[in-house]
Amino acid sequence: MNETRVMKGREKAFSMIITFFVALIFWLLLSAWNKYQFAHGEYEPIRFFRGVFVAFIVTLIAHELLVPARGEKVLLKLQRWILYIPWELYQIVLAAIDVASRVFGLRPVDPRIIEFETTLRSDLALTTFADSITLTPGTITINIEPERGKYTVHAIDKGPADALTVDQTMQKKVGYVFMEEG
Amino acid sequence: MILPFVVIGILIGCTIMICSYRMIFGPGTFNRFAAASVIGTKAIVLLILAGYIIERPHFIDIALMYALLSFIGTIIIAKYLERGELCSR
Amino acid sequence: MLTVELLVNILACVFLAGGAFFMITGAVGLVKFPDFYTRLHATGKCDTLGQIFTIVGCMIYQGFDFITVKLFFVAAYYIFAGPAATHAIMKAAYFTGLKPWKKGDPRM
Repeated sequence: MNETRVMKGREKAFSMIITFFVALIFWLLLSAWNKYQFAHGEYEPIRFFRGVFVAFIVTLIAHELLVPARGEKVLLKLQRWILYIPWELYQIVLAAIDVASRVFGLRPVDPRIIEFETTLRSDLALTTFADSITLTPGTITINIEPERGKYTVHAIDKGPADALTVDQTMQKKVGYVFMEEG
Repeated sequence: MILPFVVIGILIGCTIMICSYRMIFGPGTFNRFAAASVIGTKAIVLLILAGYIIERPHFIDIALMYALLSFIGTIIIAKYLERGELCSR
Repeated sequence: MLTVELLVNILACVFLAGGAFFMITGAVGLVKFPDFYTRLHATGKCDTLGQIFTIVGCMIYQGFDFITVKLFFVAAYYIFAGPAATHAIMKAAYFTGLKPWKKGDPRM
């Protein structure tokens, strides 16, 4: 399912154009503060061509990494993924407050290692789920086996371990985003 | 508004000194490596705050570069400690 | 006396102080916890959030400028890179044979 193939023709042109514009906008955003520092007349428009040159080199080297070969329904997955990020940021804040309460002695420390299986199979879904486990209060990913979707997780207490294996809220959310629920 | 930045900078310096205890006394390699990674990320925040204290915004570029390079260094050392070699040939 | 600039400065100070508090909690957890795996919990989560709050505080102090975009890139990069580095260290320790700690063991 994840074999690599050489891109030719229209796919290659599409990916190179998208990578070129993303690199050019990134360069402009990083160097635009310099334009307003100096007085008018000291900033020549010829410096814009440095950005075009650098973006061209980046496109030649890395266009296959940034925009891979077309999957299916990419726009719908992108929209659902953007809506998934604020829930992630809320979980980071909860995770830090949870660890702070364990440092000051308000809750016990009783670690254990658990293993479970999921129905996710593609590279991006497995990576997003592993990142989400590390950012949720009380759990860190140790190992992933991509053939069966099996995760080895270190949990710091019984509460977070049960929230991952018994309730399964996060598996449902990531499965909804990448449309691989089971 | 320079005084709050100086106070926060001193607090982060205290954090680095608390971490260096684990770097000296940690039993084994992995405890020392985790403490070194923490000290590296504190240096990034100190660079940004130093840029605000002396009122020159050029330090943020250096902080961005250093964050990328220190992350790559952490991954390389973790891979070496796991396998005993870097490139399997 | 109660201008918008004073309110923005106070909000930036609140975020900076919160960031410093979480960083000190992460460092105290690194010294206090009884095992290597639990210490990685303390640094991987508390440290990441403390850094993000400090950089968000600097962004609020700056206002709408192009330097805010650069600070946003540093913060967004660290959200993705912090947990990945924590996972890499923990995986290396697990496969080299470091034993985890159960409740009731002596402190290691």
